[in-house]
Amino acid sequence: MTITPGYYLTVAAMLFTIGAVGLLIRRNPLVMFMCIELMLNAANLTFVAFAKALNDVGGQVIVFFTLVVAAAEVAVGLAIIVAIFRRRPGATADDVDLLKG
Amino acid sequence: MTAVLFFVFSAITLGGAFGVILARNPVHSALFLVLALIAIAGFFLLEDADLVAIVQIIVYASAIVVLFIFVIMLLGVDRREAFEQPNRLQVPAALGLGLLLVVEVLVLAGRHWVTGAQSARGALNSPSDGNVHNLASRLFTDFLWPFEITAVLLVIAVVGSVVLARRSRQAPETVDSDEVPR
Repeated sequence: MTITPGYYLTVAAMLFTIGAVGLLIRRNPLVMFMCIELMLNAANLTFVAFAKALNDVGGQVIVFFTLVVAAAEVAVGLAIIVAIFRRRPGATADDVDLLKG
Repeated sequence: MTAVLFFVFSAITLGGAFGVILARNPVHSALFLVLALIAIAGFFLLEDADLVAIVQIIVYASAIVVLFIFVIMLLGVDRREAFEQPNRLQVPAALGLGLLLVVEVLVLAGRHWVTGAQSARGALNSPSDGNVHNLASRLFTDFLWPFEITAVLLVIAVVGSVVLARRSRQAPETVDSDEVPR
């Protein structure tokens, strides 16, 4: 059997959904960040699958930009989490819903 | 052979993803994330994206997850987490919305298929040059301006994380009156 791009898109859709559900059901902000990484990787998978399907290397270039954005997001996000945990240890995402210092 | 590898990588990826969201210990979540990311690198190899697969392993599965584990250990949050939400409806609502999302995406992606001509420039596999050559020549010609913008983005991220993580010497870290002490 041949693997068409539809198979990759199906896996990517399931991966994105797992990440989205995890983002909603978890309370630990670190695990929520990991779920965001899963969703970004699902998007990367579709880009690479379309790069193969259309024979265009531009899809793989976009994956590089996604990697850079993910790295920047993780750096800033983890700095925010460290700043929050320094003030209130054991905080969950529900404890910081006021957006006040 | 390709089909077998595809299904093996699919099983590892989805299993790792479920492990990320279901493991109660954040360290276990990070290790499941490594599993999923390396299986996705396998997908990239199957799709002729050699350089992206290697970068995925080096940057994602190594650097970013090491950063996660470093922060977990720094904060000491490597303990079990209860899934009980303040709002009882949150977990059923999340599962329902997730089911809706996957059905929606599969129906939409199943009915409408990709159309359009094959790329005229920047072919994925030209016979003479390899994947790295193709990708680099495309990156430094057509995508040069976004590439420079990513450099600015990284500088902003570095400066921002330093500012956020720096412990201020002037202001003592007191808890405001509207915050509930724990």
